[in-house]
Amino acid sequence: MASEDAKPAEVPTWQGMLKAPFESIGNGVFAGFHELGESMMLLGQTFQWMARPPYRVGLFMIQCEFIGVGSLFIVLLTGLFTGLVFALQSSFAFAKFSAESLVGATVVISLCRELAPVLTGLMVTGRAGSAIATELGTMKVTEQIDALSTMAVSPIQYLVVPRVLAMTLMMPMLCMLFNAVGFMGAYAVSVWQLGINIGTFMGRIEQMVDFSDLAGGLFKSAVFGFVIALIACQKGMTASGGSRGVGLAATRTVVTGSVVILVLDYFLTSFLLMVVD
Amino acid sequence: MSELPIIRTENVHKHFGDNHVLKGISLDFPTGTTTVILGGSGSGKSVLMKHLIGLLSPDEGRVLIEGDDLAGLQGEALTKVRGKFGMVFQWAALFDSMSVLENVAFPLREHRKDLSEEQIRALVAEKLALFGLEGIEEKYPADLSGGMRKRVGLARAIIMDPKIVLYDEPTTGLDPITTDYVDEMIKRAKEKLGVTSVVISHDVASTFNIADYIAFLYDGAIVAYGPPAEVKASEHPFVQQFLGTWFRKN
Repeated sequence: MASEDAKPAEVPTWQGMLKAPFESIGNGVFAGFHELGESMMLLGQTFQWMARPPYRVGLFMIQCEFIGVGSLFIVLLTGLFTGLVFALQSSFAFAKFSAESLVGATVVISLCRELAPVLTGLMVTGRAGSAIATELGTMKVTEQIDALSTMAVSPIQYLVVPRVLAMTLMMPMLCMLFNAVGFMGAYAVSVWQLGINIGTFMGRIEQMVDFSDLAGGLFKSAVFGFVIALIACQKGMTASGGSRGVGLAATRTVVTGSVVILVLDYFLTSFLLMVVD
Repeated sequence: MSELPIIRTENVHKHFGDNHVLKGISLDFPTGTTTVILGGSGSGKSVLMKHLIGLLSPDEGRVLIEGDDLAGLQGEALTKVRGKFGMVFQWAALFDSMSVLENVAFPLREHRKDLSEEQIRALVAEKLALFGLEGIEEKYPADLSGGMRKRVGLARAIIMDPKIVLYDEPTTGLDPITTDYVDEMIKRAKEKLGVTSVVISHDVASTFNIADYIAFLYDGAIVAYGPPAEVKASEHPFVQQFLGTWFRKN
């Protein structure tokens, strides 16, 4: 009889219960290293294929348009409101010791060094990074990437290289625009709303903001662009399991990309402070 | 000495984790013939096919294409060997962001830089006409029926006049008339273009219609191989059950 043949349910032992959390941590660490290994392999292959002809200028331009022009609205909107809010908060804090004249310089330094590269990175990860992972993930599960390989075309060269190069180039440009509209927002709040003298506002910026502040932020944004594109491509090209897998690839791109930007920001800032400043 | 087979697999093993998917596959695919790899779902057919074109590498054993071991090939050499293949995917795998013209012309635009745009368009129109697909060049894959997509996939697979065409379940999801049509296309590609065809299938009717040789794959191993009549007479219980189910009904 079925009930007699059926195996009795396993009773959890104390050894098993002790082992479970370690197993779970071990599996997580193993999966993390596996993913890191895959990313490193993709990185190596991307550099390898970047150097080899044919150079796909058309595909690169399409990606520049998609990543750069396509992300313009969300980046400009974020930049404007960041400048507006940051100027308001700074003026509130500086008013406590009558130093409102420092608002412009403080906002601009913060934008150039930190806010513009990090917030642009997060916005582009959410918009373009997830879109890249979805597109490549769909191509993977519908065998379009296999089709490329069977036609003797490297998917790395055809799909990954143009996206990585375009993202690396477009991110500093978007970051620069973020700086510009953020500055306009800070100017509007400081000069028009709070009545800070325009000469003082601009003078302090000229006095305190250095070119290295701007250059360091742009360098960071280029690194973020490279890393986001690589993560998005890796997640997309390893997607499996149909539409659920594609959705998971997009979600993982946004989560991993955002975390990596924040962590990388600390190390890049330390590096720049040590080398440039 | 007998002629070297265009594809030879020698003791190919493949694992995915603990799952031993291919268990020592040794097969010859004679030049200019159609070999159907027949088997049930999950028997390892698609994995075997992906080994034939180098999309997967064996854990053990080797795959030889006209004597060249696929495992040792990289870069230009691998590109050259892949140039001998055309592949028709189960769901066609057409690039959905490209029109039919761009899809079929893709291999030409990548590898035949000597051709003018007019010549490419003429070649695409010629291959599409071969499969009864005139005037659809500007349509997108989303505008086509399943059967039409499959035929466009077939046109793309043979546009470079490959020596070998691999078909991954070409008749899955097609109605009987379109299935018959696709079978005729496979036969026509062999007869008119002289290609060696390797077909993955679980469609018994289609298999016995097109095959010169049948390799029956069961649980990762070849359990019956030979011309259709020989495989039909196989005494392997699963082969008997698999074929018997169909032959009893028809």
